Amino acid sequence: MSMRLFVSRDAGAIAVGADEVAIALQQAAAKRGVAIEIVRTGSRGLYWLEPLVEIATPQGRIAFGPVTEADVPSLLDALASNTPHLLRLGATDEIPWLKRQTRLTFARCGVIDPRSLDDYRAHGGYKGLERALSLGSDAILNEVTASGLRGRGGAGFPTGIKWKTVAQAKADRKFIVCNADEGDSGTFADRMIMEGDPFLVIEGMTIAGITVGATKGYIYTRSEYPHAVEAMKAAIVAARRGGYLGSKIGGSTYDFDLEVRVGAGAYVCGEETSLLESLEGRRGIVRAKPPLPAHHGLFGKPTAINNILSLAAIPFILAEGAKAYAEYGMGRSRGTMPIQLAGNLRYGGLFETAFGVTLGELVDDIGGGTFTGRPVRAVQVGGPLGAYFPRALFDTPFDYEAFTARDGLIGHGGIVVFDDSVDMRKQARFAMEFCAIESCGKCTPCRIGSTRGVETIEKIIRGERVSENLALVEDLCNTMKFGSLCALGGFTPYPVLSALRHFREDFVPAPTTLQAAE
Amino acid sequence: MTTVYEPSHETSHEPWDETRGAEIIAEHSKQEGATLVVLHALQEAFGYVPEAAIPMVAQALNLSRAEVHGVVTFYHDFRHKPAGRHVLKLCRAEACQAAGGDALAARAEAKLGVPLGNTTADDRVTLEPIYCLGLCATAPSAMLDGRLVGRLDEKRLDALVAEAQR
Ligand SMILES: Cc1cc2nc3c(=O)[nH]c(=O)nc-3n(C[C@H](O)[C@H](O)[C@H](O)COP(=O)(O)O)c2cc1C
Ligand code: SF4
Ligand code: FES
Repeated sequence: MSMRLFVSRDAGAIAVGADEVAIALQQAAAKRGVAIEIVRTGSRGLYWLEPLVEIATPQGRIAFGPVTEADVPSLLDALASNTPHLLRLGATDEIPWLKRQTRLTFARCGVIDPRSLDDYRAHGGYKGLERALSLGSDAILNEVTASGLRGRGGAGFPTGIKWKTVAQAKADRKFIVCNADEGDSGTFADRMIMEGDPFLVIEGMTIAGITVGATKGYIYTRSEYPHAVEAMKAAIVAARRGGYLGSKIGGSTYDFDLEVRVGAGAYVCGEETSLLESLEGRRGIVRAKPPLPAHHGLFGKPTAINNILSLAAIPFILAEGAKAYAEYGMGRSRGTMPIQLAGNLRYGGLFETAFGVTLGELVDDIGGGTFTGRPVRAVQVGGPLGAYFPRALFDTPFDYEAFTARDGLIGHGGIVVFDDSVDMRKQARFAMEFCAIESCGKCTPCRIGSTRGVETIEKIIRGERVSENLALVEDLCNTMKFGSLCALGGFTPYPVLSALRHFREDFVPAPTTLQAAE
Repeated sequence: MTTVYEPSHETSHEPWDETRGAEIIAEHSKQEGATLVVLHALQEAFGYVPEAAIPMVAQALNLSRAEVHGVVTFYHDFRHKPAGRHVLKLCRAEACQAAGGDALAARAEAKLGVPLGNTTADDRVTLEPIYCLGLCATAPSAMLDGRLVGRLDEKRLDALVAEAQR
């Protein structure tokens, strides 16, 4: 009988050598005359263990990692003779980091072959669509609303309400747009789900199409994600062949088809109206709202535009029922959030869990502190527009409202950890610089303000009239906050002001040194 | 069965040719909102978006030249001239900064003798910043001619630079 091995084809795994390990396994096995089958899966998200190699056993999968090319011969020996190996991690499902999670959206990611429709179905795929087809639009809307699902792209807007607006709009054509632009630093969940479970995205979008009456969907993703683009395109072809896309999907009366579109390196194109402009073939300039995309979206037609993880949560909600989803979470943040742990962290990766876990638990306990071994000093949550949190705020629970109450945001769920060598003046300057580079240019506070912000923070760094310039930065931030059309200009003040507020000592020389200088 | 992703190494491009350009434009311009699709296809073939292609794209898509030019200049991806033989991209976003990316970027600039965003005098290497490759859990990250590299450190960076200079 041949040995069945699993090696990830996720870009994050490939970046640390998964392809080389897969090739080495194949070659070494051939040389020894051992029959093996390698399934290229997505990643489980335990990136410090990548490249992870798993073997199927009657008792479930056993994991080994991180495996290098050099480990391959000894690993094959151990596998063939069923003897211990230094890299053996035991049963994959029992690895504590994985076991602690509640994987609703990422349940299949890292488990199945993302190229195989059969594998997807064998692991419960398309159950949500089946039930959706039997329910019809109104009942689906009730389920989605009752689940409490809020937009996972950052704004946290209830998905049920958005869909209802589009469903009620009258038009000859409607669209579903999947926002897979994921430009935030520290986030990679969208990429992982496209690479590891692309049929889930297709199923979620198909259900959305049925619900609102759209016959065409677009997945807009980034050019920085070529592996994800390839995986999505392959899955779309397979789904079409299987009768799950195209006309009369799943044997029903509904038609729905999908297309992947690739951006061209503009962060602002993650903003929904800018994304629509880009999809239509124009510069990604943000549109004023109203009209809402739900009424006047892609090509002027009613459009439901959702983050990919909002759409990927849908099949579970339909298959298992709204209540099963809403049981998880706290307050108005229901269900689970795929949290992404990144930066200077010992255990970086994807951790899906119910809302309510505290920031401190995520960083110290789950993330294991820094890999440099130095103390954690600052944590940026929610991408480049998110606030920097000091240790003093580590009791903040992961919940939309709790983060807002502390002048932060959870955004797309990215957490970036910095150790005590961080210079917060540099981070504040970078936030302004990023805004200047990525501004769509439509409004003055964002376009000009960010450049002035960079200049003023540079003066502070040089020690020029520090308190005066600090006041100027704060004033500028207020102008940007209230005078910008979208959250790029409007939220850049979050990282800047949080750095000023919580890490003041980096900006103002300590009083003792001042006195010493006088 | 195993399919192994073949990392693409040196990228080769065709020299600009009007007939070939027209073919590519015709092939992609039928989709709705095709501008980016067409520009990506042109850049994939020629390594950049040639100035001469802009009026052709405009005509095919029923847009003004200014509109097409506006799109080309808005997006960071589109090149106005060919890149060096190899393109080394270093992630400059926050997760990579937190993991020591700033020092590595400075090291790459010093080794290649050009600041980020430039091509070496011998046209061998274009060094570019990129804002997040989605590999933030194994930061710092780089991309050499489409091949991804995580857990970058001085040693791995030096090897990448040497490979690009070959
Ligand atoms: C500058 C900027 C960038 C954004 N980037 C993204 C992104 O990459 N992905 C995303 O889903 N939403 C992004 N958003 C939020 C979207 O505008 C929008 O709220 C979201 O796609 C709605 O989907 P949801 O309700 O499912 O979250 C961004 C917003 C702004 C202002
Ligand atoms: S805030 Fe910035 S990115 Fe947003 S619309 Fe205004 S100029 Fe464009
Ligand atoms: S911040 Fe560098 S890969 Fe994400």
